[in-house]
Amino acid sequence: MSVFLTGKSRAIIQGMTGSEGSKHTQRMLRSGTQIVGGVTPGKGGQQVDFDGDTVPVFGSVADAVDETGADVSVVFVPPRFAKSAVTESIDAGLPLVVVITEGIPVHDTASFFAYGQQSGTTRIIGPNCPGLISPGQSNAGIIPADITSPGRIGLVSKSGTLTYQMMYELRDIGFSTAIGIGGDPIIGTTHIDALKAFQDDVETDAVVMIGEIGGDAEERAAAYLQEHVTKPVVGYVAGFTAPEGKTMGHAGAIVSGSSGTAEAKKQALEEAGVRVGKTPSGTAALLRALL
Amino acid sequence: MDLMEYQAKGLFARHGVPVTLGTIVETSEDAETVAEKMGGRVVVKAQVLTGGRGKAGGVKFAADPAEAEARAEAILGMDINGHTVRRVLVTPPADIAEEYYFSFLIDRAERRFLCIASTAGGVEIEVVAADNPDVVAKIGIDPISGVDEATARRIVSETGFPDVVAETAVGVVSKLWRVFVDEDATLVEVNPLVRLKNDTLEALDGKISLDANAGFRHPDHAVFEDRAGADPLEAQAKAKGLNYVKLDGEVGVIGNGAGLVMSTLDVVAYAGEAYGGVRPANFLDIGGGASAEVMADGLGIVLSDEQVRSVFVNVFGGITACDAVANGIVSALRMLGEAAGKPLVVRLDGNNVDEGRRILQEANHPLVTLVDTMDGAADQAAALAAAVPGNTGGS
Repeated sequence: MSVFLTGKSRAIIQGMTGSEGSKHTQRMLRSGTQIVGGVTPGKGGQQVDFDGDTVPVFGSVADAVDETGADVSVVFVPPRFAKSAVTESIDAGLPLVVVITEGIPVHDTASFFAYGQQSGTTRIIGPNCPGLISPGQSNAGIIPADITSPGRIGLVSKSGTLTYQMMYELRDIGFSTAIGIGGDPIIGTTHIDALKAFQDDVETDAVVMIGEIGGDAEERAAAYLQEHVTKPVVGYVAGFTAPEGKTMGHAGAIVSGSSGTAEAKKQALEEAGVRVGKTPSGTAALLRALL
Repeated sequence: MDLMEYQAKGLFARHGVPVTLGTIVETSEDAETVAEKMGGRVVVKAQVLTGGRGKAGGVKFAADPAEAEARAEAILGMDINGHTVRRVLVTPPADIAEEYYFSFLIDRAERRFLCIASTAGGVEIEVVAADNPDVVAKIGIDPISGVDEATARRIVSETGFPDVVAETAVGVVSKLWRVFVDEDATLVEVNPLVRLKNDTLEALDGKISLDANAGFRHPDHAVFEDRAGADPLEAQAKAKGLNYVKLDGEVGVIGNGAGLVMSTLDVVAYAGEAYGGVRPANFLDIGGGASAEVMADGLGIVLSDEQVRSVFVNVFGGITACDAVANGIVSALRMLGEAAGKPLVVRLDGNNVDEGRRILQEANHPLVTLVDTMDGAADQAAALAAAVPGNTGGS
């Protein structure tokens, strides 16, 4: 098993013919993802060759789903087209939409997230995230596949490179699924959603949870953990030195007044019984000690 | 991007929210002239991107033009929470009967919008909410249906606006919602929203945060950028498309990915404790790509910060492998030449790390130290920063 994404997942890539989309489609194919189509409005009927893998392009998500039975979409379209791209995937009934695009206006995200909730069928991961990978099975997004191995750790993180760092540090133990949920103010899948999935997954034995300044998602995840998660969890929080009122790279990474601080998140997690590492390496060591 | 009061009021006026715009001035002489035109009695208000202006003495009543001049003289140049006052807003005083609080914002937890409103306005809403939560109404708003007339009426009734202004309030709420949506705001706050003695409503103050990601559909928002108030290095970095935040320490930090860079700042600060409190000098995320040009731009900016004593380059090779990053660092140093005059500690990890390290070892640049781990590299960078003569650490 693994969560949200398996070897059977059939992915389409929205924006596959763009530069980022095509670069990462190639990488995803190389890491074993079943990519059954691309979607670019106006380019339906074309074929794209990726080192011998020929992938058909469809003019709409509905056409792509009809023809291929796709059940995952990975979205690379530019920010101004993201809302309509995600809406299209929700309308086509796709169960999983992974939004890699960075820089989507938060009003657009709020709107497509609400639309997805209304549909009741679509899980959105992201936006502004690296996607997710179930090593050895499938990779939906931009996470490098060759830095780790399949295994029994679940990972959920707001940050891309910290995800990679942690996957690399624990590559000998390996991961069931690593999920980058993104650092925007509104995201489709939260720490809590991922924790719930990892708790229910028989092939995940322990979880690493990575948070950062901004909002109170980590505090809420801590409360959830205490009630519902019996598997061992270790945590890491970035941004102790971040000044108040400054956005640190991710749109959602900002300490506002006294809220959203790394200290408060660390405290909440520790009060919930989660051991929190001081550095990424320290966090990896904590996890090793638990297994 | 946060707007100053006068800018927020400008957007309010554009959407029909009742405001008195007043006049913005940069000198005390102009304040006097404006006060004269307004009939003498005015309020002089500091325009800064921080709260607590009133408490800091940045908002003053003046009974006549001479007093307006004196008030403006005192306020201009004043430091409020680290923000220098460069402009003051001169407005006629309002005849206030009651003060309310009103805002629309993003509810990150519920992943929708939220209206917070109270008939107890004019003070910090957090304080009101803590002392007397019953007088603070919180109404969740569905991003798809938004605030239609029925929702506006519900907001007004749940807030408890007095009957005499209830109908007007429905209109004001609807217009503030237009500001929130049409301008792509992440926060629209009016505190206080006042009932004047003639039973009309007016936004006496305004705070708006605009979503920088929505800039592509609001070319008119570019005028709101506070270029004069921005840190010069931050402005320079922005012009080069770099994600840079100036801090006040001694160790320059460059890394790829926002989370990793934030983490690097923390690790530097921990390591710095052993060296008299050496701290990170900046946040700089050069993104996943980490090309030579971007690395050179980034190094150029970090090295031009006079407070920087050493630089920690922390890159995880994921999408871009470490050999490419190492080549980037070598050519960046070549491009910078003499300008690269401070010690660099480099930590590379991830894809092709052995090749990356080999490239740096072979280049054998006199300023570059290669350290294998993030924690070890942070320690080394902090030690180098503390070792620079005349620097005792801290700032």
